[in-house]
Amino acid sequence: MKISIDGRSLDVAAGTLVAAAIELAAPGQGARVSPTGLRRLPLCGMGICGECRVTVDGRVHRLGCQTLCAAGMEIRTDA
Amino acid sequence: MLESDDNIELHARVVVVGAGPAGLAAATVASAAGLAVLLLDAAPVPGGQIWRARQGVAAEPVARAQARLASAGVRVLSGTRVVMALPGRVLLIDGPQGARRLRWNRLILATGARERLLPFPGWALPGVFGAGGLQALVKGGWPIRGRRVLVAGTGPLLLAAAATLRREGADVVGLAEEARAVALARFAGTLAAHPRKAMQALRLGASLLGVPWTSGTRVVAAEGAGRVERVVLEGEGGKTRTIACDALAAGWGLIPQTELAQSLGCALAPRFGASAIAVDAQQRTSVDGVLAVGECTGIAGAVAAQLQGEAAGRAVVDDLDFDGPANPTARSSRRLAREHAFAAAVAITFAPPADWAARLRDDTLVCRCEDVPWSALRDQPDLRSAKLATRCGMGHCQGRLCHDTLAAVMHWPRLPVRPPLGPAPLATLLAVLDNPPDPPSTKEQST
Repeated sequence: MKISIDGRSLDVAAGTLVAAAIELAAPGQGARVSPTGLRRLPLCGMGICGECRVTVDGRVHRLGCQTLCAAGMEIRTDA
Repeated sequence: MLESDDNIELHARVVVVGAGPAGLAAATVASAAGLAVLLLDAAPVPGGQIWRARQGVAAEPVARAQARLASAGVRVLSGTRVVMALPGRVLLIDGPQGARRLRWNRLILATGARERLLPFPGWALPGVFGAGGLQALVKGGWPIRGRRVLVAGTGPLLLAAAATLRREGADVVGLAEEARAVALARFAGTLAAHPRKAMQALRLGASLLGVPWTSGTRVVAAEGAGRVERVVLEGEGGKTRTIACDALAAGWGLIPQTELAQSLGCALAPRFGASAIAVDAQQRTSVDGVLAVGECTGIAGAVAAQLQGEAAGRAVVDDLDFDGPANPTARSSRRLAREHAFAAAVAITFAPPADWAARLRDDTLVCRCEDVPWSALRDQPDLRSAKLATRCGMGHCQGRLCHDTLAAVMHWPRLPVRPPLGPAPLATLLAVLDNPPDPPSTKEQST
């Protein structure tokens, strides 16, 4: 299925987590920059740490590790 | 069967929070007896952690449970979190459909466990994951094929995580277990008395043939320029070595998730080396009408979780239908006691390290949400002061990571749980203020 990440189109398999799609699109870039400017990747994988927060279809602070990609989904890591 | 007075308010006689092995078992037993059950779960697909969906497809035991629940008319709300407990047996929940108030007569908490993720130098580098955390991400399509992964920390979960990673094509370059050889030898004696667990361990071991495995080994630091490139390990004799890798998957066992129970007023008690929701043989907590099952009552694995779920299901059937046995069967009690004996041995063998402060450096970030280093926290008198002075625990995780660490390292008492239980959109909270919940009727209170 087709999704978009920061405006760029990406094809992902059904059942792919948003956090995984971001890693597929831009390995090592992650979704979050910490208050002192450090790039982060997900840590806990189960909705605790919040390192995977992104904007999904205009809704801010969605957890990428708790959200499955859906066709046409628009994900922003730069919002 | 499910009453819904309007869009905003839902009601089910039995509400189960958490769709892992315990929650699924409780919902199955209660609904099979004809009770209206609503099951809610934060993940997009039911199963919890141990039965986590792979690439969105539910694990086989979950698919079977889902079929039974569907035929019993159970409503399953996935991707849905409890925001807070409201007065009068009402939860505020938030999910894909928006915020809802959910009224319950019996509440079964199956909120599971989270990984104990402890800070160490370099742990905030991209490429450091929880062991169960990376396992979960990989099941959701995180690319791991051909990547060099080191697995470290303590506990049986490390074996399971390593096995999953290897099956998905990772190059598992090592498994570093903190427990010492002498403790593991003692544990082998326990395993001999639990043939099924021994078989599981053997199967996992076989799937990890060729992976360098060491006991008595701990992570000193993860290092690299902007991402993990190598990990420094220290062995039993104090000798260090450096392993080149692309990722580190590290965890130190599990912690029961008790926040919702605490906000409801349920008493906690130490269980298998961690603070857990206190329950009796029928899985009842100290709060009337609230039961708890599975890992949130003590880390004891999926078999114990299912037995407890069934026991809680029977208890609510007895409460609300006035028939059916309230007590677990003798056989199920015996099986649970056996699982608990094993859990006690696991807790002793794979206990979290005691001297964690010695592993922190001044610049080690204890709080990842707000980037608070150890140097800013070490001289604080208590958690509240640390929070107010440094913002440690004020970020997204609400202290679930950093306050767990500080409570263990500094021996500080935990702060009381305050709503909301996690970050919630303001609109979600406003939904409650606009439509305050009706006071519960005396009839409902008495059921």
